[in-house]
Amino acid sequence: MSTVNPPVVFTQDELGWVSWIDPLPEAELTERHFAGLVDRARAKSEYFRLLVRDPEVLEARTKTDKDIFYNVADGLPRAERELAAAATSRYNGCIYCASVHARFASTYSKRRDDVQRLLDEGVGADLGERWNAVVKASVALAGTPIAFGPDNIAELRRAGLDDAEIVDVINGASFFNWANRLMLSLGEPSK
Amino acid sequence: MATTDIIDTLAGIEPGSALDAIRARRLQARENAQKSYLSLFEPIDAGDFSLAERAAVAAFVTGLHGESPIAAFYREKLAANADGAALVEPIKAEIERGKTSGPYGTFPAGPLSVENKAGLIYRVSPERKSVLGARLVAALEHAHLLVFRPRDAASADMKALLAAGWSTTGIVTFSQLVAFLSFQVRVVSGLRTLAAASA
Repeated sequence: MSTVNPPVVFTQDELGWVSWIDPLPEAELTERHFAGLVDRARAKSEYFRLLVRDPEVLEARTKTDKDIFYNVADGLPRAERELAAAATSRYNGCIYCASVHARFASTYSKRRDDVQRLLDEGVGADLGERWNAVVKASVALAGTPIAFGPDNIAELRRAGLDDAEIVDVINGASFFNWANRLMLSLGEPSK
Repeated sequence: MATTDIIDTLAGIEPGSALDAIRARRLQARENAQKSYLSLFEPIDAGDFSLAERAAVAAFVTGLHGESPIAAFYREKLAANADGAALVEPIKAEIERGKTSGPYGTFPAGPLSVENKAGLIYRVSPERKSVLGARLVAALEHAHLLVFRPRDAASADMKALLAAGWSTTGIVTFSQLVAFLSFQVRVVSGLRTLAAASA
């Protein structure tokens, strides 16, 4: 294994991730594991080969994730779901998760500089009314105890979000409280 | 649906309500949040992480988020477990000792160091170590880190769990359980808040 070179700032660059405990070797994966991976190509990823030690949980987690972020038949635009994920990751301190979802937020919004300001300045960066409302709601949800309240709902509504879009913010931000805790605690990012 | 959806139950979402219809638009997420819950609390194989341990960690984690229907739900799950009932009071006492505000913790040394925020480094009370046992003591200490200061996690924390008798697979399921609850408690809280704001 090559030397780990952990990033010390938030970035939109592509990062690697190195596990601190042993993933399953690719050669040991069975059909039960492939069902857990959902996409067979994920067998190449150290992170997913670690999580696949519990295939049923991984499968359910992956399908929850995909629907929350990729089901864009209606509801909140993908860019803003990714913004919620990036803001949550910035606030919790997950440099790896923030890098992935900041890139997605940039791709789908075409507002790379604003996304970079979220990473550089933190969750207090002024990104305009609508994005500020999404970031603030994500931060309030990430707090323990949870600080999300009627003011966040009112602010999201003033910014033009309907209730279905607000549920997408709640789902996206909440999901990253799941994802951040796995990526941060089972291994580390590497440049 | 075959079984009652746990998020709907805990968030008080009634069939036919506006939020029920909104959740139905993300049916795969709804069904798989439920499957996540079932695979963590009614697993095929609990050999690496017992059902009593799962309920104890869940009661602790949700209790650390403050009293709520979800905290009561997992406390009752612990009380209903033959090996868990004796742990209800010790867990309650440890929740009180562990309560604080997060997220806090340390960033990698560099420009982000100005954002470092100090906070409680929770350790189980020495007087409750024998009733909880080495595995749960290590689990509660790590769960507290995951809840409040996940960015502090280090490879040494994995070694501490392994040394306390956790298998690698057990650590994965345990981490998923704490991380899943961090999601579930927020979805429930968010949906409740939205329902109240729409009433």
